[in-house]
Amino acid sequence: MAKVLLEMNSITKTFPGVKALDNVNLQVEEGEIHALVGENGAGKSTLMNVLSGIYPYGSYEGDIIYDGEVCNFHNIKDSEKKGIVIIHQELALIPYMTIGENMFLGNEQGSKWCIDWNKTYAEADKYLEMVGLTDSSKTLIKDIGTGKQQLVEIAKALAKHAKLLILDEPTSSLNETDSRALLDLMKKLKGEGMTMIIISHKLNEVSYVADKITVIRDGSTIETLDAAKDDISETRIIKGMVGREITDRFPKRHDVEIGDVMMEVKDWTVYHPEFSERKVCDDISINVRAGEVVGIYGLMGAGRTELAMSIFGRSYGIGISGELKLKGRQVTLKSPKQAIEAGLAYVTEDRKGNGLVLSNSILRNTTLANLKGVSSGTFIDNDKEYAVAQEYVEKLRTKTPSVEQLVGNLSGGNQQKVLLAKWMFANPDVLILDEPTRGIDVGAKYEIYCIINDLAKAGKSVVMISSELPEVIGMSDRIYIMNQAKIVGEMKASEATQENIMACIVGVEGDTTGADGEGSEA
Amino acid sequence: MGGNKITNFLRKYMMLIATVVVVFAFYSITFGKTLYPMNIDSLISQNAYVFVLGTGMLLCILTGGNIDLSVGSVVCLAGGLGAMILKSIPDHLWPIAFIAMIAMGLLVGLWHGYWIAYRDVPPFIATLVGMLAFRGLANIIMQGKSVDVDNRAFLNIFGGGNSCYIPGPTIVDKLAPYKAGLINYREMGTFSTDPEVIKRTIAAFQQNIDDGVWEGRKLESAKATVTELSMLLKQQCNVVCLIVFALLAVGLVIFTFVNRKRLIAKGYKVDALSSVVIKTVLIAIVIIWFGYKLSCYQGIPTALIWIALVLGLFAYITTKTTLGRNLYAVGGNAKATRLSGIDTKKVMFSAYTLMGVLSGFAGVLNIARLQGSTPTYGVGYEMDAIAACFIGGASAYGGTGSIGGVIIGAALMGIINQGMSIADTPVNYQKVVKGIVLIAAVLFDVIMQMRRKGAKKKASNVAASEKGGAKA
Repeated sequence: MAKVLLEMNSITKTFPGVKALDNVNLQVEEGEIHALVGENGAGKSTLMNVLSGIYPYGSYEGDIIYDGEVCNFHNIKDSEKKGIVIIHQELALIPYMTIGENMFLGNEQGSKWCIDWNKTYAEADKYLEMVGLTDSSKTLIKDIGTGKQQLVEIAKALAKHAKLLILDEPTSSLNETDSRALLDLMKKLKGEGMTMIIISHKLNEVSYVADKITVIRDGSTIETLDAAKDDISETRIIKGMVGREITDRFPKRHDVEIGDVMMEVKDWTVYHPEFSERKVCDDISINVRAGEVVGIYGLMGAGRTELAMSIFGRSYGIGISGELKLKGRQVTLKSPKQAIEAGLAYVTEDRKGNGLVLSNSILRNTTLANLKGVSSGTFIDNDKEYAVAQEYVEKLRTKTPSVEQLVGNLSGGNQQKVLLAKWMFANPDVLILDEPTRGIDVGAKYEIYCIINDLAKAGKSVVMISSELPEVIGMSDRIYIMNQAKIVGEMKASEATQENIMACIVGVEGDTTGADGEGSEA
Repeated sequence: MGGNKITNFLRKYMMLIATVVVVFAFYSITFGKTLYPMNIDSLISQNAYVFVLGTGMLLCILTGGNIDLSVGSVVCLAGGLGAMILKSIPDHLWPIAFIAMIAMGLLVGLWHGYWIAYRDVPPFIATLVGMLAFRGLANIIMQGKSVDVDNRAFLNIFGGGNSCYIPGPTIVDKLAPYKAGLINYREMGTFSTDPEVIKRTIAAFQQNIDDGVWEGRKLESAKATVTELSMLLKQQCNVVCLIVFALLAVGLVIFTFVNRKRLIAKGYKVDALSSVVIKTVLIAIVIIWFGYKLSCYQGIPTALIWIALVLGLFAYITTKTTLGRNLYAVGGNAKATRLSGIDTKKVMFSAYTLMGVLSGFAGVLNIARLQGSTPTYGVGYEMDAIAACFIGGASAYGGTGSIGGVIIGAALMGIINQGMSIADTPVNYQKVVKGIVLIAAVLFDVIMQMRRKGAKKKASNVAASEKGGAKA
């Protein structure tokens, strides 16, 4: 049996009010590729942040034993000194610097007062060769594709003399060919003695590359599968990931009449705004009826948010093509303003970044999308505005001392309510809710579900995007399943189970990897 | 939460408190000279441009900490154009010049707005270009020479020269003898309102000064006493000015309490009665005192009326209109604002257009006060305007700030400037002090912000748990 390189024993990490990790154990042997899988929010990234010192020693409980000694990392530098290097999902490369400059950023070659550029580029070329990249190290990062950028990240890690490499969703932004190349590189590095931990949502890749798979669910380790001994088929992994009971966490909707089709999207295709050859939505057709709640389920990066935002006045993506019909009439929406006027609302998943003005009050945020509703011409009727804000605070039971409270001072659940209030006051026919319960506690979740039900009862059409399976099944009338920019399944909620939804996703992934010759799909 | 309350109070009123402290400091350093009626009067006319430009600058800063570097050059350009036109037309046609200057400002504003909002040129660059180019244009228009303005009507209306005050009958100041008596008591030990006694005191002091009995600060103090007593002996008050300010004070009190009643009736949360009373009475006293001081000189300067109009108009725009609301929203979170269906480009465009118009107007006030235009007018004005905004609590990242803040910021800077001039501080030191005041103001804001965040962290753990959840 190989030597155990890393042991994480009963790690518990608590954020005020929530246990992100609960007694997690992880054992990684030298020279293996160890995969961490789990749903969004299961705690994978938190665990890796603990390991790499982003959450410093003392902010968690439990031991990290690396290379035979107990480690107390206080920051990333500490863990890097030991050879633990983490490559984050979002690439941390600077576009207008060369590959070489990026690789040695913070680790400049030469003396203290003078950077030795010859040495820098020579070293860089050496590591680039190791990862199979033929570009010169003097190429600017912006001039190479994402696939190659990911390789540069790995080369950068190698240049830090990494012994344990952690890759967080390394293929999430790569197409099929590049992904495969990256996975093969991982296998090659393994052959040279490198130990790796990979976090991925793409289970086919995990099956392909991993020696061991640890499943994390709700902050606890569920099981560790060994490729040599156990069945590591995708179905087997999914069983570990989603084996959760759906309880009555979801309020029921009674006597809601489902009416005509309110919004219909046909053959909708969207390209990535920066990598213009990549499709983020591929030939998507969906519809939603009045009084209906339609769930769109998909893992992170499946293209759900991109779909929603591109429908909402082309606020994301380029080269958008396809038909959009609202109430049977074909429309072209070129800006969020037009979309709102046409009766559409998009409640963002990123409430702090895209949703709320944190430095403004509840009052001001509530009326932001529909200032016309409280003003005559350009003059705001303060009394009316106050009444409106007060009404929604009471209706949605937002906990706040007054409507003058700054939104930045509210808790996540209450912020979400303000965001919903804003869009409800805009009085749309169709609401697209993107991860409406992300990052809020269970009680607030239930209240948000009740609000969704009330909206449906009022005859609104609701599209609910979510990566929580129980939520999608519990709340929707109908479910679309989305994966890798495509709709891969549609079913009534009454027929949906966690297993058959997952099967839709796996089915497609199996197909594309099975047919290698088909080339990149993006 | 007691500590938090103090923090909030300080945050809200720190600059006001600082202003009061500075006023008293200069009052004592200069033996009361800074509060002579004529100095209060010149404080306003000399700083009129800071109030006007600061207002425009606030709009730009609100949109995300963006500034306009060109305003000094635009003041010069509009002023130069106006002075040239005034020189070449008959006196009664002065409105043509006024309109031309405002139009010039508008054009500049449209130009900046177009590049910044619709062509994505960074505001810093676009207005730096303006700063250089418009200064050049101003020189071209004036052919590099200074141009005098002697159009009486124009000067009177926009506050230049000695007769640009609201005229009105004067009465003898009945309070002056008492004040003179108090000074007499301080200096001689006897309280008397009799002019003859005061005259004797003046003569005695003058004798000692002439004989060289005193030196140093004692001499300065004696000189100030003589000046002030002589001034008090013949002090007259402008009746119109007194009435206007008295009405303002009464109006404020009535408005405050009527409005409070209305708010209570509608179920709003209102401040405690005691704090409202204290605040209102304090403000009313300041208004009356200010009016009294102005009336003792020549009455209400016309420049003050223009400042009040601009500040009032933009206070209304920023708080009560959709445009104002959108300025704050864009600065607070541009992405969220755009996704709320607001045309963020139009908001940026409007901010810079209004800034241009206000720069043109500042040009009008500037050539009126200085009775002419030279190619170097307006150098450094942009920095005064920017400093006024930041001292007044505007955030360098946009989204927060108010016209009230600009008033305090501009006033504080003006008071410091004037106080140092009267105290004979060398000009170069004055600049250093101004710089220190600016960094102190911003630093204070940063520290308060941090303390508030720290307090919040302790108080609310829900927010933190949410953050953790998102990361997991």
